[in-house]
Amino acid sequence: MKSLLSGNEAIARGAYECGVTFASAYPGTPSTEITQELSRYDGVYAEWAPNEKVALEVAVGAALAGAKAMAVMKHVGVNVAADPLFTVSYTGTNGGLVIVTADDPSMHSSQNEQDNRNYAKFAKIPMLEPSDSDEARRFIKIAFEISQSFDTPVFLRTTTRVSHSKSVAELETPVSPDTKLKITKNPSKYVMVPAKARERRVVVEKRIDALRNFSESFGENKVEIRSTKFGIITAGMPFNYAKEAFPEFSFLKLGMVWPLPEKLIRDFASRIETLYVVEELDPFFEDQIKAMGIHVTGKKIFPYTNEFDPGIIEKSIRGPSRERKIFHVPDLPARPPNLCPGCPHRGLFYVLGKLKAFVTGDIGCYTLSFMKPLEGLDSCICMGASIGMAHGMSKALKEEGRGKIVGVIGDSTFIHSGITGLLNMAYNRSDAVIVICDNRTTAMTGMQDHPGTGRTLQGAAAAELDLQALAHALGIDNVRVINPFDIKTSRNIIKEELKREGPSLVISRAPCALLKSNSAKGQPLEVILDACTGCKSCLGLGCPAISWKLLEDIPEVVKKKSGKQEGAAFIDTTLCNGCTLCQQLCKAQAIKKVKNHV
Amino acid sequence: MFKGTKNILMVGVGGQGIIRASDILSLVLMEAGYDVKKSEVHGMAQRGGCVSSDIRFGEKVYSPLSKIGDVDILVSFEKMETLRYLGYVKDNGIIIVSDEKVYPPSVALGDEKYPENIEAVMKTFFAEVKIVSAVKIAEYAGDRRMANTVMLGVLSSFIDVGVEEWKKILRNEFSNKLVERNINAFEAGRNS
Repeated sequence: MKSLLSGNEAIARGAYECGVTFASAYPGTPSTEITQELSRYDGVYAEWAPNEKVALEVAVGAALAGAKAMAVMKHVGVNVAADPLFTVSYTGTNGGLVIVTADDPSMHSSQNEQDNRNYAKFAKIPMLEPSDSDEARRFIKIAFEISQSFDTPVFLRTTTRVSHSKSVAELETPVSPDTKLKITKNPSKYVMVPAKARERRVVVEKRIDALRNFSESFGENKVEIRSTKFGIITAGMPFNYAKEAFPEFSFLKLGMVWPLPEKLIRDFASRIETLYVVEELDPFFEDQIKAMGIHVTGKKIFPYTNEFDPGIIEKSIRGPSRERKIFHVPDLPARPPNLCPGCPHRGLFYVLGKLKAFVTGDIGCYTLSFMKPLEGLDSCICMGASIGMAHGMSKALKEEGRGKIVGVIGDSTFIHSGITGLLNMAYNRSDAVIVICDNRTTAMTGMQDHPGTGRTLQGAAAAELDLQALAHALGIDNVRVINPFDIKTSRNIIKEELKREGPSLVISRAPCALLKSNSAKGQPLEVILDACTGCKSCLGLGCPAISWKLLEDIPEVVKKKSGKQEGAAFIDTTLCNGCTLCQQLCKAQAIKKVKNHV
Repeated sequence: MFKGTKNILMVGVGGQGIIRASDILSLVLMEAGYDVKKSEVHGMAQRGGCVSSDIRFGEKVYSPLSKIGDVDILVSFEKMETLRYLGYVKDNGIIIVSDEKVYPPSVALGDEKYPENIEAVMKTFFAEVKIVSAVKIAEYAGDRRMANTVMLGVLSSFIDVGVEEWKKILRNEFSNKLVERNINAFEAGRNS
């Protein structure tokens, strides 16, 4: 049966078809849907872990118990999981263990553009890379076969374009999962103390040799000879782009991107005069192929940065040949993403933006508040960094920094990697103030539950982390809770905590405006034109529901409140959900609830 | 079947139902026997940013992204956004535009102007430009949120797939409550 699946849906489908029963993950674009989809299949246990390190360790445990287990993460998630990753490569896996890494060339939704193929070589773990949904479905099965036959964890790498594009996939009947699992002790394999690790270290090298041999005849390393003049070595999504741009060339498409099949590459190269390596991001193949003494052209002509498309490959090889019309269009205003109307972050970051403080930021929707007009955030590095950085700044600045350092972090992000940072602040007695933007969900990736929401991936009731109690247990004595929709009180409490000596935690608590369970949506507001003085205070919130019109562009006759008034504010009542922030800022009391709203 | 591939590009702003529309289009094309690939960017684009979705179909499709200058039909759900993507369209390509305007933050704040003469600019470069009052038509059919279905209706008359095949997919894709409305919106778009 045929079905139109995204790469992520196809990975979940393939995993189900080959009897995967276990998955653990932390949400991260572009990987999130894999685990969500997988959790819907019968017989599969899937969970949100607090972070990728835990997700991988959980999957390692399940694999050691004999299950076919997956850990799923975005590219930067592998950095978090790197500690167990490098050593599970030594222990091997007993059952089957596949780590899905979803990379993000072009950084559509990420803070960096790392090429995780490097992790395969670095951690000595084989890696497969599909180029479309049907391959994604088949490759995850092959990944488990390799994991089990070579007793190794296996990487499946996707990129955003594979994960989030849809193509036609065949569906196959699932096999029944192996349900007779049991504990097998094997300390010399699983206890990685130096003496045992040294033994396993040798096993790893032997395994790589065996995998190299395997890759020489691996059916998904495909050679297609069409030309003896020009050939392309490629893998994953760039294969499609190259094939589209140069259908007449010969191709070596690598399904396994590490370890490389040296003989196959040599043989292909010997049949082709001019050879290109088409790969996004790092010259990963190119460097290895050049080290074999084979002449290829790669990053000399292809870009290092961003994802490719067929046009980029065509232009890189052929030069800009096609004559195109020049389009004279007006300069267009940019359309950056923005916080939603009714977003609880808006009130908090409005307050922070007005303080003369350095706000160390973190990963989440709230990172968007660095932009105008809020300008309420001054750094973003990785998940959890806000807390460590705030502490480091405050310690380095000493007296100079007192009252001027705030770290902000989301609830899901705090649980992911902020807890140890906060413990450090208590232990080393920091002066910074940390604000947890507790919107009761993992919003940026699309509303996933986490240990603070009291719901599992399946929506079942779960133990709910008590942030206040946790902070007290870590040694933070000053813990305040604010409602970010109350600007005045929020400002006062944050100011009080900034004045205080020692570390403080402020929990800014209000549910995400997009949460289905959010029943706090109020009546929309409107601007009373005859009262609006055109002071633009409300525009300082950057709310998508509020706009500005010049008086001459307003069809109605507006009574001018002063000679200086040039325009008035408008609220789009279809977007407004009555959060009242603008009403609190309006000195003219020109913002009222819409009357007779249904 | 025609040789090569046909390329459609849908563009607009997060929240306009572009992803949903491109999903439905892709299903229709798959059911009609074509190989189909479609691509879009999720994630941060959800929060009011630009959204674009490539749909490519034919006997065999490799790339889910079209080359610049290779798009046969540009379907734009927001007037200004059309201009951002004109360069993607073939010289003899077709442009379908909803006349809906969604102000970007800088325009809403009064710092920048929403561009004027968009229609004229488009018509300078392209012979076939169809402007659709998609939101009005959708409101008339029962709900402004069906503007995406209206746009599919307009698009359907430029694609060689029978109207019944479209309706079959629409019936599968919408809940019982919404099917008839959406079919009305689709037909209103098709006849516009």
